[in-house]
Amino acid sequence: MHSKRLKKIEPKQFYNLMCLFFYFRDRKEWADLEPVPQDDGPNPVVKIAYSEKFTDVFDMFRALLKNDEKSERAFALTAEAIELNAANYTVWHYRRVLLQALDKDLREEMKYITAIIEDQPKNYQVWHHRRMVVEWLNDPSEELQFVAEILSQDAKNYHAWQHRQWVMQEYKLWDGELEYVEELLEEDVRNNSAWNQRHFVISHTRGYSDSAILEREVQYTLKQIKKAPHNESAWNYLNGILQDGGLSSYPGLLEQVTELQDTCSSPYLTAFLVDLYEDALETNSSSYDQQETLNKALELCKLLAEEKDTIRREYWNYVSRSLQNTYGSGDPVASSSDPPPPSSSQQPDTEPSDP
Amino acid sequence: GTQVKDVVIKPEAPNTLLLDKHADYIAAYGSKKDDYEYTLSEYLRMSGIYWGLTVMDLMGQLSRMNREEIIEFIKSCQHDCGGISASTGHDPHLLYTLSAVQILSLYDSINVIDVDKVVDYVKGLQQEDGSFAGDKWGEIDTRFSFCAVATLALLGKLDVINMDKAVGFVLSCMNFDGGFGCRPGSESHAGQIYCCTGFLSITGQLHQVNADLLGWWLCERQLPSGGLNGRPEKLPDVCYSWWVLASLKIIGRIHWIDKAKLRSFILACQDEETGGFADRPGDMVDPFHTLFGVAGLSLLGDEQIKPVNPVFCMPEDVLQRIGLQPDFQPSNRGKLSSSTNDWHTV
Repeated sequence: MHSKRLKKIEPKQFYNLMCLFFYFRDRKEWADLEPVPQDDGPNPVVKIAYSEKFTDVFDMFRALLKNDEKSERAFALTAEAIELNAANYTVWHYRRVLLQALDKDLREEMKYITAIIEDQPKNYQVWHHRRMVVEWLNDPSEELQFVAEILSQDAKNYHAWQHRQWVMQEYKLWDGELEYVEELLEEDVRNNSAWNQRHFVISHTRGYSDSAILEREVQYTLKQIKKAPHNESAWNYLNGILQDGGLSSYPGLLEQVTELQDTCSSPYLTAFLVDLYEDALETNSSSYDQQETLNKALELCKLLAEEKDTIRREYWNYVSRSLQNTYGSGDPVASSSDPPPPSSSQQPDTEPSDP
Repeated sequence: GTQVKDVVIKPEAPNTLLLDKHADYIAAYGSKKDDYEYTLSEYLRMSGIYWGLTVMDLMGQLSRMNREEIIEFIKSCQHDCGGISASTGHDPHLLYTLSAVQILSLYDSINVIDVDKVVDYVKGLQQEDGSFAGDKWGEIDTRFSFCAVATLALLGKLDVINMDKAVGFVLSCMNFDGGFGCRPGSESHAGQIYCCTGFLSITGQLHQVNADLLGWWLCERQLPSGGLNGRPEKLPDVCYSWWVLASLKIIGRIHWIDKAKLRSFILACQDEETGGFADRPGDMVDPFHTLFGVAGLSLLGDEQIKPVNPVFCMPEDVLQRIGLQPDFQPSNRGKLSSSTNDWHTV
């Protein structure tokens, strides 16, 4: 659940430590406070050797916490502590308590937060802190531009996208987002976050049950696929938006996709055709010859398992067996590793009922 | 173009399992020269201890860790509100509350803390819409839904929360690709998927998952190197060997991964000199990736490692001792349905 891994110490941190630092314990304005050393119990789990500055700052921090001190110097110290370890969530909590107790300027705080995020854009605590301050200010006016900035450095930053989605939903800021998503997809058509955002925006605005919207999306996606056929996100998106209506009944889709086969081969395209044929079989569509469709689907599964996507051969063999068992006329095919043939794509409920 | 984001495993990368080295690495962790980094991770110390103890237990080496000190440490981390913090002097949080309960379960010493207060703390974090906050500051994430039910299941107190709403919230995080994100609308991500499938297993709601669709999305995480990524177009990382693999195990589709290739990727992430696993071959090791590398290998069937439970990421024998196992469900402990078990009889 923690996506953070221990990083090598950045050059900047080393410089910070090596520089002449006026320790808090030596400053006369701090003389009244007794520093509280880290207490790991009578026999510490492990011996710890702190750097001098780290020890100094966090000993003081613990002293402030112990006295529940709410002062300007405490507020200043939280910034020092955050600089040394921005993942320490207790320091952020304390900073929030102080922001309120001291009635600090929240716009100044936003500038501070911006600087921290630009330096450490994957830190959970600072993003959550930003959200709290935006809520306190009740002012989202800078947020979309700020997040766009962060995304320009890393277009898939999960925290940035969460924040963006929260701002948009909370303050109903949907205008212009589809255009923004298209810009990102122009830059990198394989950006899965951008495809997800596309789905997010449309779901919350006009929706996919509007057939004009659905058609626009299908054509847009096919166009992106033509540019880069080996693109998991685009294929997942196409599949996802057509799930309700069904792949095989969407007018012209089979033709358009088979046409693509000539110019751009990709296991995703083949997989999509299997899904489409499966849908035709499941809905017993009159536009398709059932036997021929089954044969085509099985042929493609074999192609994927044996040539095009061998790393997932178990999956393709499963699909093949499921199709044969459900729609074929011969004896059931089984494998000891398969679940029982599904009547739908749900797995069977194997749980006993409540006592 | 068709360029795939992936790593290339060098021919000289480790290809045998170096369990003794990993045990030595964990046993010595924190007492070595990398002390500054150990200090930096104080804010997650409780989870760090859980990672270390669990991997040692999986390797049959739990006795090398200092049980009494750890138990005293945990006692000192429970706050008046009942919640447990990452370390002394830190604020309580659901993440570290779960880690503490997991550790005490490993040590069969759950009663050294005030269990009723822990239960109250967890219950108090449930929101109107069924979601769970991580702490009093209100960050919402499906990770916390998982932490809440996992904690309560280990304590036999699942009945204290509003189950229907909790389930409703998690299901509202299901996306068009069958995956789950951290909040409704968030991009599908393997870590979040692990939390949500684990949650649905504990609450007896796995039938709500589209197992074929999600299983497909999950097995698509496997790259040519054999490693697994967390979402499309990202590099592989050994911790996803856990998040993805455990999710597949929970929904009964683990055989959709090429096991041999994954195993060789995981083994390549070992450091032959220091012991431990890194996120990918050649990087720096840490206890987090060490646990998930070893746990992943256990799920793949390595017989040198104890069987690991895919929902809790704890040794199966611990969960059996507590009374939490597939097809055996005392009512307050919820339902652990690991859906693989029945199929060998088909």
